[in-house]
Amino acid sequence: MHQRPDADLLDSRARLGGAVVKDYATMPLSPRLSADQLATNLADIAPRFTEQQALVESSRCLFCFDAPCITACPTGIDIPAFIKKIMTGNVTGAARTILTANILGASCARVCPTEVLCEGACVMLDRDSDPIKIGRLQRYATDHVYENRIPVLKPAAKKSGKRVAVIGGGPAGMGCAAELANLGHDVVIFERQVNAGGLNTYGIAYYKMKPEVSLAEVDLVKSLGVEFRCGVEVGKDIDRAELDRFDAIFIGVGLGDGQRLRIPGEDLPEVIDALTFIEQIHTDPLHQIPVGARVAVIGCGNTAIDAATQARRLGASEVIVTYRRGEHDMSAYAFEYDLAKKDGATFLFHHAPIEVIAKDGHVAGLRLVQTRRNGSGALEFIEGSEFVEPFDMILKAVGQQKQDNWLQKVFPELTLNRNGTVARDFATGQTNLPNIFTGGDCANGGREVVNAVGEGKKAARGIHKLFSDSQVLGPVQPSRWGASTGPFGSGLDAPIRVPELEAKYEQLSPAAHPGIATSALTSKNQE
Amino acid sequence: MADLSTNLAGIKSPNPFWIASGPPGNTAYQAHRAFEAGWGGVVWKTIGDPIRNVSSRYSSIDYGNQRMAGLNNIELISDRSPETNFREIAEVKKRWPHHAVIASLMVDTRENWHDFVKRSADCGADGIELNFGCPHGMCERGMGSAVGQNPDVAATIIGWAMEVATIPVIAKLTPNITDITAAARAAKRGGANAISLINTINSITQVNLDTFVPEPFVAGRSSHGGYCGPAVKPIALNMVQSCASDPDVRLPISGIGGITTWRDAAEFIALGSTTVQVCTAVMHYGFRIVEDMIDGLNDYLDSKGFKSLEELRGRAVDTVQRWETLDLNYKRIAEIDYGKCIGCNLCYIACEDGAHQAIALVDPASYGLGPGRVPNKPVPEIKEAECVGCNLCSLVCPVHGCITMVSVDTGLEPLAWADYQTRLAAGDATAFAPHP
Repeated sequence: MHQRPDADLLDSRARLGGAVVKDYATMPLSPRLSADQLATNLADIAPRFTEQQALVESSRCLFCFDAPCITACPTGIDIPAFIKKIMTGNVTGAARTILTANILGASCARVCPTEVLCEGACVMLDRDSDPIKIGRLQRYATDHVYENRIPVLKPAAKKSGKRVAVIGGGPAGMGCAAELANLGHDVVIFERQVNAGGLNTYGIAYYKMKPEVSLAEVDLVKSLGVEFRCGVEVGKDIDRAELDRFDAIFIGVGLGDGQRLRIPGEDLPEVIDALTFIEQIHTDPLHQIPVGARVAVIGCGNTAIDAATQARRLGASEVIVTYRRGEHDMSAYAFEYDLAKKDGATFLFHHAPIEVIAKDGHVAGLRLVQTRRNGSGALEFIEGSEFVEPFDMILKAVGQQKQDNWLQKVFPELTLNRNGTVARDFATGQTNLPNIFTGGDCANGGREVVNAVGEGKKAARGIHKLFSDSQVLGPVQPSRWGASTGPFGSGLDAPIRVPELEAKYEQLSPAAHPGIATSALTSKNQE
Repeated sequence: MADLSTNLAGIKSPNPFWIASGPPGNTAYQAHRAFEAGWGGVVWKTIGDPIRNVSSRYSSIDYGNQRMAGLNNIELISDRSPETNFREIAEVKKRWPHHAVIASLMVDTRENWHDFVKRSADCGADGIELNFGCPHGMCERGMGSAVGQNPDVAATIIGWAMEVATIPVIAKLTPNITDITAAARAAKRGGANAISLINTINSITQVNLDTFVPEPFVAGRSSHGGYCGPAVKPIALNMVQSCASDPDVRLPISGIGGITTWRDAAEFIALGSTTVQVCTAVMHYGFRIVEDMIDGLNDYLDSKGFKSLEELRGRAVDTVQRWETLDLNYKRIAEIDYGKCIGCNLCYIACEDGAHQAIALVDPASYGLGPGRVPNKPVPEIKEAECVGCNLCSLVCPVHGCITMVSVDTGLEPLAWADYQTRLAAGDATAFAPHP
């Protein structure tokens, strides 16, 4: 990236047209591509397998015992079992296996970072093969039952008479509600938005998942007897006293608005929160969404990548992702980073924004400064390295605010962690208040959809234990039937990520345990 | 949910899935694990005078990337004492009263058969399976397939068992015989309550081309092994149907032979089996495979609107008839979906060299090109006048749903070979012209 004098900024605005779209009324930006082109650009990035693809892929699966993919799934789906069912033509049974463990199996099939979860743990990698495409197979199975309207889950036959309020209809709340309903409890979900589903409905890159998938999942949860009250904001539309009439409460409110940059010019109309930008793609017709010609994305997490790729696909001619730290520090996954690069986004590492440059009340550029680590490891600006880069749209993706203000207002006696998340017991989701439980982003600070579902499910079991004093454990997974002890257990109880798995393998490697290695070698030689 | 419970000649089990006599049914420990996993019955590893096995016992064939498409073994019957086996059966029955445990037996003299049959009933087994099938080792001692291959001997021995039997007796048939129905009729004659088939098939799976000793290798030699696994399923289905359709047999059937999935099981049941027995698939993957079998069979029955297995049982038996009854005027021809064709032209070469020269390679201009097709590469075209409808192209086609066989209306009345012969003799028909 070259330094440019401020004067160069002047022309960039002249290119912008004047179409005005509702919320963006104050912006001079306009849509850049035709509806047809947009449909192509934002089509499914990983389309559904054909029957043949599903058969070929499923027959590659070895049907491992104690399969590591199960351990790497935070909801503990019995992956080999469902894949084998696809292979035998029992696709409905496959979907049942998936949805019993993970009520949001259809969305997770699309949005899970499978490379660092199930697929990253696949034993095929140790045989120098590609891992089984678990996410694609999961989508194949769940699509089958959703599209053919095959009911695979039934409402609980026996009701407990207990009532639970779930605050937040996102992945955590739905994961909790579905499991509670399954255990026979009545559940009411209070959702602030018009539609439930949370980020799955409003905040996933459009080429990964369409909102219809999430809304169908909401219907599935409803079919289990869960009541949704949407458009209801707890603390405003209903008060604490009403919540306290429930036997237990689950807080799954996720995270709040995007973090602020705290730099001059941040309130200009074309400085937009990345999640707001993505949400608009879900709520407005694609050909009406204004996008800049030169777009800066600030931050380098997975949301930043989603914003960058979508800005490109909506027609931005240049998208530059700026990040204060280096390539190896970014929290975006490697495959997301690759995707953004393939989409033509460029990355500017070790640069921080210090001012949004305005011209006539609109964004004209960004003043950036080069950064470096000082002797103590802290980031510092390099003096004299400032320059201005012309942009007409700035997307902020520097994380979301915690919900501590709202939490303190509605639940003043709730213990929060220092970072603003809700303190809880990891196994049960129980907070310091015995009948209040939590899970998902508001408790874990912001992880994957699948983590939220798993935490919601665990909290449901925690709530069930509170009601019945009986411990609910997941059924032993059919593909592991007969296991006296599993080496790593189920991913629901102790989810493990691929880097952690690798760490475990490290521990088991010959260097760490020469005794084990020697005996294994000896027995092999004797063969 | 359909009703999967079964009753084979009085032996009741919660579902039709039984463990076949073999290594997976060797001990009480395994039977407990099998029932915990959901199996409906266990046929115990054959009990008799304890034997001594060789060490190297199994061999298999792989097909492409698929391991163990077929498995063979030279393992003999149980190497544990009858006392241990009967005691363990009693333990298993105590814990699993509603599941089926069947004692598989193989002994020699009438006295020994009487003794073992009585002990089986005494230990609480639900039934007895007479092992007349093992094609290796035991037959050299006058047992196993040596009995099964001689219907009169088999009938006599079944008679011995029936003299003292108080629980249902199943005769297990060997496929190493010219006509399976002869063995099945012998079972009927002897008084057996049911038959199970097939036992394993005589085989050599592979020869080591360095040592010239087939596997399984035992100190420089090998022996004929009993072949099983997915590869034998068509042979087993054929024999099951033959027995099910024979009016002189009319015995309940427990089907065995390469059953790996719910679909395999459904096919055996549609051809007349009451229960199915599985061994190789469990040796490959463990008892856990029964979960998909139960789940898949249930969903299948539901999708057909069948309330119980009875509605599926035998449904396909009568559609298999003598060749002379098939309609000579029925015709199907191949149809290619050019949207799916990937241009491998395997159908062309299969038909050209291996069948009836009924596919041409033509200019692709008039057809849509499949993805990945090299420009101007010729496309296959069915010569409809030449196509005899043999199915070969649709069998070799690697793309699901690309070549389908469609029935065509010839406008001719159905005519079977038998009718044709009658009409020819009566002068009511002219002879077919030979194919040019």
